[in-house]
Amino acid sequence: MLKVDVEKRYGAKRIAAAFETAGQVTALFGPSGAGKTTIVEMIAGLVTPDRGRVTLGDRVLFDAARRIDVPAHRRRVGYVFQDARLFPHLSVARNLNYGRWMRGLKADRANENRIVEMLGIGALLGRRPAGLSGGERQRVAIGRALLSEPEILLLDEPLASLDAARKDEVLPYLDRLRTETRMPIVYVTHVEAEAQRLSAESVRIDGS
Amino acid sequence: MEWVFTPEEWQAVRLSLRIAFWATLSALLPAFAVAHVLARRRFVGKTLLDAVIHLPLVIPPVVTGYLLLLAFGRKGPIGAFLERVFGFTFAFRWTGAALAAAIMGFPFLVRAIRLSIEAVDRRYEKAAASLGASPFWVLLTVTLPLALPGLIAGMVICFAKALGEFGATITFVSNIPGETQTLSAAIYTYTQVPNGDAQALRLTAISIVIALLALIASEWLARRATERLHGR
Repeated sequence: MLKVDVEKRYGAKRIAAAFETAGQVTALFGPSGAGKTTIVEMIAGLVTPDRGRVTLGDRVLFDAARRIDVPAHRRRVGYVFQDARLFPHLSVARNLNYGRWMRGLKADRANENRIVEMLGIGALLGRRPAGLSGGERQRVAIGRALLSEPEILLLDEPLASLDAARKDEVLPYLDRLRTETRMPIVYVTHVEAEAQRLSAESVRIDGS
Repeated sequence: MEWVFTPEEWQAVRLSLRIAFWATLSALLPAFAVAHVLARRRFVGKTLLDAVIHLPLVIPPVVTGYLLLLAFGRKGPIGAFLERVFGFTFAFRWTGAALAAAIMGFPFLVRAIRLSIEAVDRRYEKAAASLGASPFWVLLTVTLPLALPGLIAGMVICFAKALGEFGATITFVSNIPGETQTLSAAIYTYTQVPNGDAQALRLTAISIVIALLALIASEWLARRATERLHGR
């Protein structure tokens, strides 16, 4: 279970969130510009909050009062970025394996094949990110995050930069992600329908 | 005029290539470290560090050579230490010429690498961190490969600069045929003796050929590196 209570100020703008996840999928829902991405970055350790606390299960990831700030690479928080961010110099297969190499995990062929099959990216393995469609990139990015064996997966508006046809291409895979893995998911979106479709509980983020 | 090179001329060519090669190679790691710090860190004294690195560009090369002589000569504090402890000396050796060339090429190398590091999209570095890569591995597996085309370009400029170095080299390690007499020093020497014109011209021609080859090679390498980075 992820517990978050963080706050960050940029000049006059205040970005804050306090919530805890209960079910498998939690939606962070709010208008554009409310600071949803900043909140997710604070959970992942990519942005340092001014104040607050983040815990994942029994691990404290961040605690301003106790000066705890686990660096991003030790948090085991999978992050699927809105813009996918596949490494342009690596093939799809190497992108998928990157997290396993960096965490020194053993190769798990069965798990790998299951995830590749679930996301329908088997035909892309030898290709480079530059040759993929937006939907394909996003599916590879989900696979890459899953294969780094995180304890939770943060999906930051994975559909926002895709056109309608590409969205429909990715959505079924998100459903499979939810039903075929037990991975806890935080799903960030500004589209209420997406939030409702995927998750039972929803956290509202408002800018101030 | 004869277009056959004498052994002495070949010696100067080979020596220049060797000096430029080792100068570039030994400058590479420190230059990358400094460029990375300048590109990514903010700290007190950053402007000063930047200025000190650019000093060899703006002070007369003879001054740089003289300072090297004072520091690394047999009686200089660093030179005397190296000789006493390691039995190694830069003074009047080709290694000294390589040191002078490395210092003269250093600002060019730092500048090119710094620009290419600044051009690396940091979002990829964040992605790598979220996948479990420590800062060192982010640098090695993401920043370095993405900065590679600029790094190659910088190495070629440094190599060319090292090939052409004259003032600092001749002041620091003199002009000893076979040991410290580089292409430039040899050309200079031949222009100072009667009937040296043919030799000076031959060496001039080969300097131009080497410089052109280096430029073409760097273009080709940088294009290949870019294709590898962003290809399908």
